[in-house]
Amino acid sequence: MSTPTPFERTVVVVPTYNEGAMVGTVVAELREVFPHVVCVDDGSRDDSAQAARAAGATVLRHPVNLGQGAALQTGFDYVLGRTTASHVVTFDADGQYLVADAAAMVELAVASEVDIVLGSRNLGSTEGQPVARRVLMAAALRFSRSITGIRLTDTHNGLRVLNRRAAASMNLRQHGMAHASEIESRIVGASLSWREHPVTMRYSDYSRGKGQSNLNALNILYDLAAERLGATA
Amino acid sequence: MIIRVFLLASILVGVAWLLRTRPGGSRLAITRLAGFVLAAGAAASVVAPGLVTDAAHLVGVREGPNLILYVLVVVFVFTTIVQGMRMRELERRLAQLARAQALAGAAAAADEQQRV
Repeated sequence: MSTPTPFERTVVVVPTYNEGAMVGTVVAELREVFPHVVCVDDGSRDDSAQAARAAGATVLRHPVNLGQGAALQTGFDYVLGRTTASHVVTFDADGQYLVADAAAMVELAVASEVDIVLGSRNLGSTEGQPVARRVLMAAALRFSRSITGIRLTDTHNGLRVLNRRAAASMNLRQHGMAHASEIESRIVGASLSWREHPVTMRYSDYSRGKGQSNLNALNILYDLAAERLGATA
Repeated sequence: MIIRVFLLASILVGVAWLLRTRPGGSRLAITRLAGFVLAAGAAASVVAPGLVTDAAHLVGVREGPNLILYVLVVVFVFTTIVQGMRMRELERRLAQLARAQALAGAAAAADEQQRV
């Protein structure tokens, strides 16, 4: 048996919630490069789990819907507890990301030996992003820079590569969408080394329809504030 | 007015206390004690409505019912915060439970595959 390649030593975690129409394609594309794909089905009411399994993914199923942050944490727990993978990729199920970007980021993580590689749409290119979303993301970026103090060029980008140390430092408590801010603050808290890598985002009609509403930014702010106040307890 | 100091201070102290202490025996006891005091006050106000007015005048509120409203607002703020925190704790436990089940399911599926 030959030494496993970096891609064979990587597990891709795909949080999935009612993505039956898309998740099969996404998993199939991922599996062309990454043999180990884990879908965390977050209590979907459609056939997401079957579609993912049919495309060759391992499916972990939350019996109830918890949120994307919780699904990611389940993925991290699985990778840390049940596999010997060196790296874990977080990848969205709605087809916004390119597998080629994930592969390039794994290669960067292995070659540079940083703990976490974050995708950045601002270093790369973004197709079809609505103007309102662009304005919102710019504001979110300024906010997150001032909170975490690390100079990222993008925030809340779902494409990331973590090594085992980074995955073990996560322990996400934000079950909703605020987990992305939480991941950034863990980078500071656990002194993780990080890099950014340009990624291309494909905002399709499907992903726009499936994605978060801009108003959800308010919920993220609220969750973060509640967490911060409660942190002293 | 004494009432302003009292209301603002009680909200601030209460919120700080809630956020800085661990939920547990003594906090539960104090909350329950406060509940009894409130109930006693309510009973007293029914038996002797004049008492509420006297108490209101004592702290600089014109009428008794106003004082009751103010106190209820403080109680409501506390209750909301306590319920919110309890809900978050429950959600955390639910997530742990769901996660454990998801991982157990994956392990069972892996065993199945090995046997085949």
